[in-house]
Parts: sequence; structure tokens; C-alpha cells
Amino acid sequence: MSADGADKPRSGFRISYSVLGPLLALALLIVLGASLNGNFLSYTNIANVVARASFIGIIAVGATFVITSGGLDLSVGSMAAFVAGMMIIIINGLVPSLGGGWPTIVVGILAGLAIGSLGGAFNGLLVTAGRIEPFIVTLGSLGIFRALITFLANGGTLNLDFTVSGVYEPVYTGDILGVPVPIIVFAVVAIAGEIIMRRTRFGRHAAAIGSNEQVARYSAIKVDRVRFLTYVLQGFLIGVAAALYVPKFGSANSSTAVLWELQAIAAVIIGGTMLKGGFGRIWGTVVGVIILELIGNILNLQNLISPYLNQAFQGAIIIIAVLLQRSRRTS
Amino acid sequence: MDADSLVLSAQSISKSFGPVQVLFDVDLNLRSGSVHALIGENGAGKSTLMKILGGYQPASSGSILIDGMQVRLADSATAEANGIVLIHQEFNLAEQLTVEANIFLGRELHNGPFLDWRGMRARARTLLRELETDIEPQQRVRELSVPQKQMVEIAKALVRDARILMMDEPTAALTSKESQVLFKQIEKLKAQGVAILYTSHKLEEVKAIADNVTILRDGAKVIEGPASEFTVDQMATQMVGRDVSDLFPQKSAHEDSAEALSVTGFNVPGYVEGAEFHLRRGEILGFAGLVGAGRTELMEGIVGLRHASGHIEVGGKAVDIRSLKDASHLGLAYLTEDRKGHGLLVDKQMRPNVTLLGLDRFVNLFIDERAEDRALDKSIEEFDIRAPNRQVKVSNLSGGNQQKLLLAKTMLVEPDIVIVDEPTRGIDIGTKQQIYEFINALAQAGKSIIVVSSEMAEVIGLCHRVVVMRAGRLTGELTGRDITEENIVRLAVGIEGDKVA
Repeated sequence: MSADGADKPRSGFRISYSVLGPLLALALLIVLGASLNGNFLSYTNIANVVARASFIGIIAVGATFVITSGGLDLSVGSMAAFVAGMMIIIINGLVPSLGGGWPTIVVGILAGLAIGSLGGAFNGLLVTAGRIEPFIVTLGSLGIFRALITFLANGGTLNLDFTVSGVYEPVYTGDILGVPVPIIVFAVVAIAGEIIMRRTRFGRHAAAIGSNEQVARYSAIKVDRVRFLTYVLQGFLIGVAAALYVPKFGSANSSTAVLWELQAIAAVIIGGTMLKGGFGRIWGTVVGVIILELIGNILNLQNLISPYLNQAFQGAIIIIAVLLQRSRRTS
Repeated sequence: MDADSLVLSAQSISKSFGPVQVLFDVDLNLRSGSVHALIGENGAGKSTLMKILGGYQPASSGSILIDGMQVRLADSATAEANGIVLIHQEFNLAEQLTVEANIFLGRELHNGPFLDWRGMRARARTLLRELETDIEPQQRVRELSVPQKQMVEIAKALVRDARILMMDEPTAALTSKESQVLFKQIEKLKAQGVAILYTSHKLEEVKAIADNVTILRDGAKVIEGPASEFTVDQMATQMVGRDVSDLFPQKSAHEDSAEALSVTGFNVPGYVEGAEFHLRRGEILGFAGLVGAGRTELMEGIVGLRHASGHIEVGGKAVDIRSLKDASHLGLAYLTEDRKGHGLLVDKQMRPNVTLLGLDRFVNLFIDERAEDRALDKSIEEFDIRAPNRQVKVSNLSGGNQQKLLLAKTMLVEPDIVIVDEPTRGIDIGTKQQIYEFINALAQAGKSIIVVSSEMAEVIGLCHRVVVMRAGRLTGELTGRDITEENIVRLAVGIEGDKVA
């Protein structure tokens, strides 16, 4: 009977643990990586890891908003592939008239952002005006966008015009003051996301809707509009990710960005955002993305464990993260 | 079973949550064939004691004897095996399942390896008819109203052959008619030798049906005795520890002032037809009627939470309210009857709750968290919100403090017209008194108030004027001395007034 007496102090400990959990896991991985391979902590390796994490990271920032407001977007990977494909088609189509230089690329990027936002709006409209479960809507659009990229590539691969790719490539490979461009873009997106989540009406309203939609409605919050905007933001950020993806790979096909949706959702959950909504934190998502990328990196840097087990480790981390979340909820 | 024999005896039960002790050496004896009422303010420890007896929480010390034998109620299954069933204040029903599936949940009847649904349905129907409800066993629980769900909970307990039935505020969500049906059932169970323990804030009800009363205050037993030996006032005084005979503030003298709100030809499809009423500045207007009469739906229609049509004038000007936001801009605020489901984000702290409706006031480009903190300080002081600290989740506040927080949240937008729906549901008498004072003070400050309430005493004690609704229509209006329980009931059940339903 006295076992119950320890309730209160323990709950306090759990809360701080769930805040520190992702950071602790990250620190452990870094220590592990450094002890396994001397090159692990080199600037090149770390920059490489974060740069590679930036695609999923940028998308996961959007996913944090969607999930915090009680939604879900399973279509992000397919949509990223579709947007990348559309960008390549548009850029290639503009080369004859605008040439192979920056004007074409800028138009291509703007088109990518617009197409992403429209794709997000499509999901958002079906969820809000259509009153269909987000899981169902985005499961549907996952299929639709995946089919569209396969169709556009005619079952093969869409390749970026050769003259353009030379000009566009530095957007991924270049750096500013030694920091790779994709990392800068990721950082800007993450910082802006954190500020929007914590310090703006939109962020507060998104969390309120995820916490209890009825309470939000009875508090004069335009629930549908906020929901819709989270999907549009998600789509826009997919456009941003695609704008970095195209210069890196210069191509898009039916296997582009496969399973990114699960990576993004996993990162959000590892970061401490509640899958059922109501609470989200962007910095946690950033840590989550880097954790997932580091696991693969560490496995590649050692030869005791097969790198083929990468997803098993990622999976275990996700489960542990959710276990921690649950103990917080019951406390 | 012998009538009046001692079936359950709880001896010096104490309970602590961490360093906080909430029960102090409480004794409680339940006899078969007898109704025992456990009363006290919110936070007095009634629910905790019931949860201990129901096996949901272990006691920190003390012993529980059943039929003279000491038992350890490790969990609710052990308690049920001992014949103890607890009906929680908050329902424990699987919303997506049918009524019959819920009634037999965990106790399903079997026919070999398969479910005997025919048997369960028949038994469920019999039970529901005995409870005088028209609920069908095949209905989904999510389609039921709150009082109907309460009846399902009771049927569920009956199926478990409870010898000791505990009910935590069973009548909080019931109308007086529905409560009467419940009391009839309680009488029946009593005659069968069941020992019944129940809590209620409605002291007249306790007086009417309980044989014995135990009064708790701040986790300790204050007094125990036959219900016949207490008057309602005495019970209230013992609960609060001070005199509460003046539960309602002196009604402010209310002169004919300017019209604040006028509603005419108002329809809420499926709920309300042809509603018309007028509200003056500084007036407290009551809306009485049975649960389901359409009062809440009318109010939600007016403030833009439901599709509705009709003519509304605010301060003499015709307005078009399409959303709660529109209503807010016009100085019209609505306090929901469902503070946990619709009013507050219970898994969040007080600060984001108190500013949720009026967040615009704290946003420039970014939310000014310091200003939010100041607003919370002010609300805590103004509405006497008692919380252990500011970080506490709203779900851990007592019902009374939640209600005060909801009031603070609504008043933060400085509305001129405030519609409060069931402002004191499930709240202890001390907090009730405070809330009545707030409402009265608002009226005196020139605000106009509509009080929707199913509690007759509240409507009579607080309001200058009372409108009664029945089956979606306004059936009459009472002022001054005519505001009596009898007149309200007549209009509410349709003995007088509009016969077309």
C-alpha cells in the first residue's frame, strides 16, 4: 500500500526525463559514434549527417504542426517525389525560352513551392471541408502522388537538364561561411518553426485543437482554417525539401522519397510530440531526425554490426520513445 | 440476507498522495438494505474514499471488513468479487459498443465458445425496462444522452449482482424526473438487501432518500447519523464549517434599463422553434426546463456555435452572428455546460487556458507570455482560483476551481452579455456561493446575464426573470414572486402554456 506514496516525486522525475530523453539519446549516440570511429566527430562527417538529414528534417518540421493539431500526413514522401518530378519537368521545359541559368531555376523553385502548397491544400481541404479522417485522406493521396510521379516519368526516371544541373548543384553542395546550404535552410526552417509553434497564435491554436477540438471551437478558434493551414505548411515545406533534393540527385522517379513519411513521423515522435496531438516541439523533431540519421551513420562507420540492421535500430528507438511518452501520460 | 446487518466496515482509512494527506482516519459502516449518503464539499475526500472501497486505489492505512472478515481490495476485480461495485462520476462506457455489450462488458454470457447475445439482449432489455428507460439494447452508447448513459451504468452495476453499490454523484447529470426513476430503483435494491453508498451535492435529495449520512470535511469525518436527524441547512453547515443559509446573494434591485439583447423568430433546426426573448442591461435572466428542452442548443445557436436562423439585436442594432468569433466581437460570451469536454484544455496548464478565448489581446506578432502570466495572476485573485501551483494541469484542479477558471477565461474578453450554462454543475456548496456572487456582481456592474440551469433553487434564488422551455419552445415567462418551483415545473412539463409540442 505504501508503494503509492512515491507517486508524486516520481512523476516529477519522469517529466524532466521525457524532456531530456531525446537529448540524452542523442548524446549517447555521439559518445558511441566517437568511441567507435575517430572520424565520427570530424566536421565533414557531422556536416554530412546533418545535410542528409535536412530533407526529412524540413518535412518533419511540417509534420510536427500537422500532428500537434491532431492530424497526420502519410503522403509527404509521395508528394516530395511528385513535386521534385514537376520541378524537373518545368525547369527542363523552360530551358529553351529562359536558358539554363538562374531565372529558370528560380521559376522552378517557386513552382515547386506552389505545387507543394497546393498538394497540402488538397489534403487539408479533404480533411476539413470533406470531414474525412486524415489517415484515410493522406493514405489516398499517398497513392495518387506516387502514381503521378510514376506516370510523369513514364515508369522510368525524369532527369534534370544537364546545363541546369551544373548551375543548380551548389544549392545542395555549396556552403556559406563553411556551412553547407542545406544545413542553413534546415536551420532557418527549424528556428522559424519553433518560433511559430511557441510564440504565435497559430502554434497555440494548433496545440489547442490537437488537445481538444471542441474546446478550441468553443474558444472562438477557426478550427478548420488552422487545420487546413497545417497541411498547406506541410506541403510548402515539402516544396522546400524538393528544391534541395533536385540539385542533389538531378532526377526523380517512382522510388524517390519512398517511406519518407514514416521517417518524418518517427522523428516527430522521437522528439516528444504527442502522436494524438495537443503538444508539439520542433526542437525535439530536429533532434529526432538527427538521431535517425546518426544510427545509419554509426552503423556504416563500424564493422561489428551489419548496417542492414539500420531500420531495426531506428524501430527500437521509436518504440522506446513512445514508451517514455506513455509513462509521462500516466504520471 | 438479514436486513440491517453490517456488510462493510471501513476502519480508520487514511490516504496520502505523496506528502499530501487527503483522508484522515475515516470510519464508515454500510448496512444491507440501507442507503448511506456520503456528503462533503469538492475535495473533501468522498471520491477518494469510494475509490478505495471500490478497489481502484489502495488506502495508505486502515482496514476494510466485509461481513466481519478483513479483506484486501487489491483491484476493482477483487472488489467486484466481494460484491462491491462503484459507478464513477465520469462514465466508464465504451462509446462505440452497443448498450448490451457495455452492460455485459467483462461478464459476457456464453453459449459454449460463443457469445450468448440472445440471452444478453433479453436480460439487458429487462433491466432497461425496469429502469424505465426507452433505451434499446442494440443502440450504440455514443448515440445516448448523458442521463441515458447514467442508466446504462446502473444497469451495468445491476448485472454484476452488487451487494454493495457505490454511486459517485449519480444525479449530477439527471433531471429531477430522471432522478426520481433512479430513486425508485434504489428503493428496489434496498428492498433486496443491497447496501448503497452514494454522494451528491443535492442535499434535499440526500434528505429524501438516505437512511444514514456521513459528512466529510477536509478529508476527515465530521459527523455521522441518521438522515432524519439533520436538516438540509445543518448538513450544509457541517460540510462547509460555517453558516451557508444565505446561499444566494441579495438580488440587486433591477430597474427597467436599456435592452441589451433581443432575440426573435429564432430557430435551431431540430432543437428550437420560434424562440423570442429580450434581455436588459443589468438583468439576470434564467432559462429553466428539462434536460433536452433545447436551452443549450438555443444559446449555442445565438452565439454562432450551431446553424440557426432568426433575428438578433445587440444593444438595439440588428446583427449577424455566424461564428463564436462574431459573437465575441459583439461582446457576447457563452460559458459551456461541459467544462471538461468543451470548456477547458484539461491536459494543459492554467495559463494557455485562461487566454485561449482572448488570445488576440496578447498577440502582437508574437504571444506576450508575460502579459499572459499577469492575466492569470489577476484571474486567480479575482475569481479565487485555488491551485497548488501554476504548473498544475487543469485536470488536477477540483471541479469548482475548473469552473472558476472557465469563468475567468470567458470574462477575460470583457463581454457585456454573458450566457452561463449550468454554472454550478457538480460543484460544492462553498464554491457555488462564490459563483452566485460573481454572477450577481457582474449584473450589478451593468452586464447582462443569462443563466441556463436545471437546478430549480439556482434559477429561483438568482434570477430577476425566468423563461421556461419545453420541447424546443418557450412556454412561459415568470417574474418576481411568480418565480416558484411549482410554476416552473408546470411550464417545463407542459401542464400550462403552449400545448403544441
